[in-house]
Amino acid sequence: MEVGQMRRQWLDYTRSLFLEGFLDAQFMQLQQLQDDNNPDFVVEVVSLFFEDSERLLKDLTFALDQNAVDFKKVDAHVHQLKGSSSSIGAQRVKNACIPFRNFCEEQNTDACLRCLQQVKQEYCLVKNKLETLFRLEQQIVAAGGSIPMVELTQLSF
Amino acid sequence: MGMAAAESPFHVLAVDDSLIDRKLIERLLRTSSYQVTTVDSGSKALEFLGLNENDESNPSTPSVSPNNHHQEVEVNLVITDYCMPGMTGYDLLKKIKESSSLRNIPVVIMSSENVPSRINRCLEEGAEEFFLKPVRLSDLNKLKPHMKKTKLKDQKQGTEDKLDNSEVQQLQPQQQIQNDLQEAPKPQDPQPESESHLEQPQQSLQQANNKRKTIEQGLSPETDRTRPRYSGIATVV
Repeated sequence: MEVGQMRRQWLDYTRSLFLEGFLDAQFMQLQQLQDDNNPDFVVEVVSLFFEDSERLLKDLTFALDQNAVDFKKVDAHVHQLKGSSSSIGAQRVKNACIPFRNFCEEQNTDACLRCLQQVKQEYCLVKNKLETLFRLEQQIVAAGGSIPMVELTQLSF
Repeated sequence: MGMAAAESPFHVLAVDDSLIDRKLIERLLRTSSYQVTTVDSGSKALEFLGLNENDESNPSTPSVSPNNHHQEVEVNLVITDYCMPGMTGYDLLKKIKESSSLRNIPVVIMSSENVPSRINRCLEEGAEEFFLKPVRLSDLNKLKPHMKKTKLKDQKQGTEDKLDNSEVQQLQPQQQIQNDLQEAPKPQDPQPESESHLEQPQQSLQQANNKRKTIEQGLSPETDRTRPRYSGIATVV
């Protein structure tokens, strides 16, 4: 596949991620912060997000598995996850955290467990999507091309 | 700026317990051509600013330290997350504003939560701006006027010998009073009549103050400050 085709593929894929709500405008902001002096910025931040999230999901699973659930702790973890997903533009993960926090306040263990499932699912989905996107980017760069700079409006919803 | 000799880049101290957010804010600030130092807690921030956490600076003394002798590095602005374990951003803001050596440093608060009472509390305590996270590049455009003001003040103190230093100190609370966010004069005001005295320094500092006034007028009026910033970022898909 030649570079032009790859770039179009990247564009189509990015568009779909926005259309399906996996990513929001904040992700665009990250891309705008990437430049020749910081060529790996997005990958670095997203990698931090993956590490952070995996740790938080583990901690959440553990916390909700206790006989006496510490909802303050659970809420603190969810708050962190909501914050980091919001910071990188992982919209669906962020949105899944919102009802989660409400159920923490209500101290509803069952509902929290359901929310945790939901958050895990959304996290897995966005992780796969982003990894696919990064693979596409690697292919473009390896073929000597550059990753398109996209404005949200260009994705023409 | 005619008064500036050689202008070094503004130095911002960013405080956030989240590694991701620290990375983000650092990149945002560097992109805006600021020098950045990031720390992960309020206590580390105070350490960096040269203030021992246990220092109790008496807020009611009109003592003046125009040159920050304890400060190792000059900091032109502090931008801090609100929700942090241990010392919150609000606590940090208070400590800075209560310190005679640090209170001229503008402080900006960031938060992922849009809580009007929280926003008001921070602004009343002296925060210049309150940004909702995630912070955007466009938000950072609001920072320069605040930093320029402090540089201007530092230069003024150096060049205006006749100027009584206590008058300059009053210019800081004046800005807050103008915002109508407080009913009573703040504790750090040296005299209760400080509000009326502020008119005089303004007239005698014609040259510098005209610039300062312009900057202040250029800043959003109080309604903008108390209005939550979410309206600017409601473009999320």
